[in-house]
Amino acid sequence: MIELYLLLVLMIVGAIIAIEIQDLLSSVIAVGAVGLVLSITFLILKAPDVAITQLVVEILCLMILIRATLKKDLPFSTTGRWFLNTLIALCFIAMFLMLFAQCVPELPRFGHPIMRVARIYLDQGMLKTGAANIVSSVILDFRAFDTLGEATILFTAVIGVLAIVRRIGRKKEDEKEVEGEE
Amino acid sequence: MIYLLCLTLFCVGLYCILRKRNIIKIIVGVIIAEYAVNLFFVLSAYRINGRAPIFSEDMIIANMVDPLPHALVLTAIVIGLATTALLVAIAIRIYEKYGTFDITKIKDLEG
Amino acid sequence: MTHKESETKGMSLIVKTITRLTVGIIISFGVYIICHGHLSPGGGFAGGVIVALSFIHLMLAYGGEEAFKRLSKRTASLWESAGAIFFLGLALLGFTGGYFFLNFLPKGENFALFSAGIIPLCNLAISIKVGAGLFSIFVALVSLKISAEALKVKLKKGKNQL
Repeated sequence: MIELYLLLVLMIVGAIIAIEIQDLLSSVIAVGAVGLVLSITFLILKAPDVAITQLVVEILCLMILIRATLKKDLPFSTTGRWFLNTLIALCFIAMFLMLFAQCVPELPRFGHPIMRVARIYLDQGMLKTGAANIVSSVILDFRAFDTLGEATILFTAVIGVLAIVRRIGRKKEDEKEVEGEE
Repeated sequence: MIYLLCLTLFCVGLYCILRKRNIIKIIVGVIIAEYAVNLFFVLSAYRINGRAPIFSEDMIIANMVDPLPHALVLTAIVIGLATTALLVAIAIRIYEKYGTFDITKIKDLEG
Repeated sequence: MTHKESETKGMSLIVKTITRLTVGIIISFGVYIICHGHLSPGGGFAGGVIVALSFIHLMLAYGGEEAFKRLSKRTASLWESAGAIFFLGLALLGFTGGYFFLNFLPKGENFALFSAGIIPLCNLAISIKVGAGLFSIFVALVSLKISAEALKVKLKKGKNQL
């Protein structure tokens, strides 16, 4: 169990480096390191499906973020009201911690999950669906509506990105500016 | 105890979202908080000396970990990637319009 | 300026050769992950992202045109819609036996490749949808960047002409 603690501390250190470093590209690469350590943690926690998906998604996420920050190293600005901003952030986090402290006694002890629903899946999943991978049978048979909602969200995100990226009208304005200047 | 470390990771992400003034840093904070939530779900599913929830042909596996949070996290990861891409697209648009990633300098909100 | 031109036309010869050798392996690994999603770890999400990553790999190494010859932006959108319709159609076919998302095909023999009813088909649909969707998102972001740079260059040229 000691390796789990080590990996979690490594993730926290990586996250602090990612948010405190000045260079944006280094920050994004530190986030990539956190994601890879998270993938190893999933593997240790006996979740191989989630580990594979996290590893692959992390690579694509890193590519998109690097694409956004490339050649744009900007001066880092710490404008005024430093004290007030930090105070508000810390107050918000303290409020969150108080809410969490009330939830702690209700949590199951680590290593002893409450398997009320999952016991049925484990006992009858093989008989009812015929799939050896229980996670696959859960996401595509028992709880297929989750997957349908996920597909809808992905479709909406693609439409949103294409609508933001599309430049009809704006291009004409800029060209008019160029022509006007000429 | 291990829940507390996971909570610390979430708080680091939350602090980054609230305090930083750079859009890319805010996106980084969102990603870190999302990792912490995914990790919390998988931690709550772990069982001492458990096995992965996959049946095998030639042996009987007794104590499996909880497969339900794995399924939830599997969909949440892909959704997180899609929302991150949407955030990055909006950030690039803001950079094109205002020439900066600093949210305190984006003052005029018209068109 | 020369750097930008070489970037749009692809990377160096070493990268191109390695890419030519590895893209086929990456695609076959993705297809393996998709097809064995109900027997071993993996499934539609991971396999779809791996297939999308292989096309992105091709695009980064050879430049946009070479990748668009194999899978253009419009075709990617069509594939994504096709995956969604395939998934919904499988769900609707469940009404032939009773309810939405019914596993209507025969279960088959346990631990065989063709087993578990509609789950492999659903994996295929999900992988097509996820792969095409993420590829089109990436292409949209990259082309936005390139067109923005081109616009800035044009603006600078316009000012220089003044």
